[in-house]
Amino acid sequence: MRPVYMVSGGITKFAKAHPDMDFRYMVKQAFDYAMNDVPNLTRDMIDGSVASYFSDHFTRQLKAASMVQDYLGLCPKPSKRIEGGGATGGLCFQAAWEAVASGRMNVCVAFGFETMSRVSTWKGNEFIAHASDTNFDYPVGGFYTGYYAMMVRRHMHEFGTTVEQMALVSIKNHGNALYNPYAQSPMKLTIEDVRNSPMVADPLTMLDICTMSDGAAVCILASEEMAARLTDKPVKIIGIGAGTDSMRMADRPHGKVILLPHESESDYKNLKYPGVHSFRGGRMAAKQAYEMAGITNPLEELDFVELHDAYTSSEIQTYEDLGLCKYGEGGPFIEAGHSTLTGKIPVNPSGGLLACGHPVGATGLMQAVFAFWQLQGTIQKHLGNDHLQIKNARRGLIHSHAGTGTYITVSILEAV
Amino acid sequence: MEVWKCGSTPILPYPHTPLLKIMSHEPGAQKIKLPETEEGTVLFGVDPIIIKHHYEIDYIHSYAQDSPFFAGLTKKKLLGSRCTQCNYKFATPRSHCMECGAKTEWFELPLEGKIHTWTTCYFGSEEFLKETPFTLILVEFEGVNTLFLSRLVGVEPGKAEIGMRVKAQFLRNCKFKPTDVYFVPA
Repeated sequence: MRPVYMVSGGITKFAKAHPDMDFRYMVKQAFDYAMNDVPNLTRDMIDGSVASYFSDHFTRQLKAASMVQDYLGLCPKPSKRIEGGGATGGLCFQAAWEAVASGRMNVCVAFGFETMSRVSTWKGNEFIAHASDTNFDYPVGGFYTGYYAMMVRRHMHEFGTTVEQMALVSIKNHGNALYNPYAQSPMKLTIEDVRNSPMVADPLTMLDICTMSDGAAVCILASEEMAARLTDKPVKIIGIGAGTDSMRMADRPHGKVILLPHESESDYKNLKYPGVHSFRGGRMAAKQAYEMAGITNPLEELDFVELHDAYTSSEIQTYEDLGLCKYGEGGPFIEAGHSTLTGKIPVNPSGGLLACGHPVGATGLMQAVFAFWQLQGTIQKHLGNDHLQIKNARRGLIHSHAGTGTYITVSILEAV
Repeated sequence: MEVWKCGSTPILPYPHTPLLKIMSHEPGAQKIKLPETEEGTVLFGVDPIIIKHHYEIDYIHSYAQDSPFFAGLTKKKLLGSRCTQCNYKFATPRSHCMECGAKTEWFELPLEGKIHTWTTCYFGSEEFLKETPFTLILVEFEGVNTLFLSRLVGVEPGKAEIGMRVKAQFLRNCKFKPTDVYFVPA
């Protein structure tokens, strides 16, 4: 496999609704932004693309990505659509990586979008809930927030995690978003604000949950040779991993923890894993990415993480899946301030999904764009201020997550 | 009515329209046009134009290899799957084993279990909004390796507890859906 580099990226502002643009125009905006950042790249130098969007129901259009390929002027070059729930963008990024690593393409565009405002919020939730088993789970009361709430309830029971610790995630991420003009929900919050907002699915309140969005994002990946021609600040993709779990939470086994190099079996003597408290797909993805990147202690060897915080609880669970702390220690980890901008390892400096928004097909690519800008040291240029810039960041991890952990990706990027 | 020409041959807009009718100038000759309707379009906005668009689907849906589970509910039986090779027991049926891949066989689950985890939904997907608040539970059964997703009835919203003993009840008038069974405190 050849080394693969990210050379450029672009995103639209994520918003509750962008009725002035359809999905094609949104992607075009993000694409033009990315192209403007690498002036030596012309359209004819692009070998092909990979597209991501989650639900045909949101576009009211099958094969919508073909229309984007056309709109960007990339026909007749090869392309394909990736769909994988909330991990759609992360899977798309990795598919683009594969296109370059295999030697099939030298320059590959990954583009993603979602237009969730085209239906009411609760109808949108219904579409999303159809990404659960429609025979056994959906008819009982299909609602993804309900599924995640059951998982966090079990996590609280196993490990003593508290709703106040979860609220700290909301405070941190909405606070980071105050400095991110692309984010949808910048907010200065208190624990009381989070706990007093409307209960959605016990114990998750409205402020524990990310918002549905319209948005698009684009990443441009290249071979080493092309990267050297296109930019003086390429970012190398040094680790790729992915994992899965059963669609039905009820089916998940109660067995042994998949261990990372810095852990031992005795750390988890009495733990039945993953059950419904943890995401073994996330652990598998991290393990693979770390092996490929040569990382043995992520807390020491990574400078930041952009992870899938569709719920405050998911961020805490994912600290553990990624091995930033042991299973069960995610609550104290946020409480100690380890994941803040000034902590041991900033998590979601962009504001994450909670504050940026979650236009499903774009989200995983949005994370890659923010990670890329961090590693280039160009946050000031793209965000208009450098408050969120992590000084001397050399390595970042991005994590994309679908439907109670049925598909999860981890990619590790490094400044060159 | 105009007649378009290509070369010297007239091209009629509607091939089956009698030529004489068009060419004649008799009073009362019918103008050719589509009928108008009074049906409008629901308009939400004009800049950009935002309209209402409705779409619905009826499926002819098969439960396939899982059909015996739904038939069992009509006889007030809760059926799970037991692996014929490694003996793994699934509380939610699957015709092949997740652990070793072998075929499973049906077995009758106990009708009592414990709450493994729960939530009360105060909002939901559009289809279930009118039923809120409702409580979802994952039920664990003695000697069974996996769990079963269901509704808890008869407990105040937000008051379920992990470890609470529950028992299955069945609808008399079956819908052939997993909601034909639900749980109440034991």
